[in-house]
Amino acid sequence: MTMDAPPRVMSGASGRPLTLREHEVTFGTATVGAALVGELEASGLMGRGGAGFATSKKVELLRHQRGHHKVVVVNAMEGEPVGHKDRTLLSANPHLVLDGAQCVANLIGARRVAVCVSRKDSAIVNHVQRALHERERRGTGPEFILDTPPWRYVAGEESALVHWLNDNETMPQYRPQRPNVLHVGRSPALVVNAETCAHVGLINRFGALWFRELGTPSSPGSTLVSVTGAVHRPTVLEVALGTPLRSILRAAGADPDPLALLTGGYGGAWLSGEHLDVAYCNEDLRSLGATVGAGILVVVPKGACGLAETHRVVQWMANESSRQCGPCAFGLPALAEDLRTLLHDARDPHGVLVRLKERCDVIQGRGACRHPDGVVRLVDSALRVFAGHIDEHVNGFPCAALTTTRRWVTVPALEHESDLVWE
Amino acid sequence: MNRKPDHFVLRVDPILCDGFGHCHELAPELVQVDEWGYPIIHEELTSMTELTLLKSARLAVRGCPRQALRIERTNGPA
Ligand SMILES: Cc1cc2nc3c(=O)[nH]c(=O)nc-3n(C[C@H](O)[C@H](O)[C@H](O)COP(=O)(O)O)c2cc1C
Ligand code: SF4
Ligand code: SF4
Repeated sequence: MTMDAPPRVMSGASGRPLTLREHEVTFGTATVGAALVGELEASGLMGRGGAGFATSKKVELLRHQRGHHKVVVVNAMEGEPVGHKDRTLLSANPHLVLDGAQCVANLIGARRVAVCVSRKDSAIVNHVQRALHERERRGTGPEFILDTPPWRYVAGEESALVHWLNDNETMPQYRPQRPNVLHVGRSPALVVNAETCAHVGLINRFGALWFRELGTPSSPGSTLVSVTGAVHRPTVLEVALGTPLRSILRAAGADPDPLALLTGGYGGAWLSGEHLDVAYCNEDLRSLGATVGAGILVVVPKGACGLAETHRVVQWMANESSRQCGPCAFGLPALAEDLRTLLHDARDPHGVLVRLKERCDVIQGRGACRHPDGVVRLVDSALRVFAGHIDEHVNGFPCAALTTTRRWVTVPALEHESDLVWE
Repeated sequence: MNRKPDHFVLRVDPILCDGFGHCHELAPELVQVDEWGYPIIHEELTSMTELTLLKSARLAVRGCPRQALRIERTNGPA
């Protein structure tokens, strides 16, 4: 790890994936015993895919489902355009992820594991394929399959992945009850993020006490963070949860005195650059409206326009809506349009600001998946964190950042609606 | 202890819903519509003893052309 402790899930990273033999030399061989249930619960591992839900609770829910043909789905879709952690992990230690998936499969009694990597990441697809071949020759464990859905922001949402496995379509599905159990065919399915799997693989080997040596009591362990924006070079770091933000930025070679940080991802929240002393873990970040989310930090330096950065992200996110639900299909473009008006159009900015806030309240919680909620959270946080600067826009002061073309949050090019590939 | 559900709440499947807003006409007390015509459903639990409300909820469920509405029965706040 970059700060003081040695790396965990990134142990032995060497610029190419570890082979199965190298993997076993680095981490030791492992068998899955019944003790893992208790260890997993004691470890307090929280999912690293974004929601931050206790992995042991999800496993427990699936353990008590009937059926012999349960499925574990490893989510390595990495829908966040500014996230690189699952890719980095799979190009260093693919077998650790597969080990963890095997552990989870054992725990819930699944015989199949589907590893989902977006087909855009062809190098990662190759790494995983090679790793699976190596394991096949050993001939033990559950049946692994590699699946390559198209890359879309919402394709990594768990019901969308399951929909893909069922019907080759990466659109999220409506789930009336939560928590509920997703099904591939008639088999109960458990969706786990790739990084989460890697941590399970380590907990299986070294136990809960070891896992808790790093991190805070409610956010134990280490985590991967993708840092981009105003940095020396975009990086993925493994840090202990609870590390002060300032040290993470220093280790990443980031601007030490930024305007703000985008935390969690496009569906995350802005954090003002005044709060760099906060500990990087959900319990502390959430008190400031921010989140660990998918392990993303985008550094935005002073002089940039937070409103303009938010607008570009929201515009792209609106385009990535699967357009199945009215409030998302119509609401998100409306938010993007309001932001654009605030930035560029001088007519009635006060009214637009009021309308933007109302629309946020109206859209919140009304999609089949949480995609619109993420966008609303981002916009809400922008209105809070950049309130002073937004006032200047509303009152018609010129914004210096709009005269430059330098932007800090990487946003992919907008595709035309008819070019979006869902299957 | 298992109590018989004594409250209900109307739920919509946003993927099925077509946004023509019939439900708003059938149960205006429970359903508002947003600027795009999609239903905003009163989220608080309603007691089963509110018979007029329960009746309009049933009307909305039956009147929804996409069968996107459902009455969810739950236990109210204890
Ligand atoms: C719009 C949306 C997009 C998501 N994209 C991803 C993704 O790309 N990768 C991922 O691991 N989880 C993603 N998630 C979270 C998954 O739904 C799910 O919670 C997660 O994979 C569960 O794994 P975990 O418990 O290990 O975190 C997304 C969620 C939403 C609402
Ligand atoms: S909320 Fe948006 S992204 Fe999610 S299923 Fe509905 S339309 Fe698709
Ligand atoms: S009647 Fe049904 S389909 Fe029409 S707006 Fe209401 S919920 Fe949607």
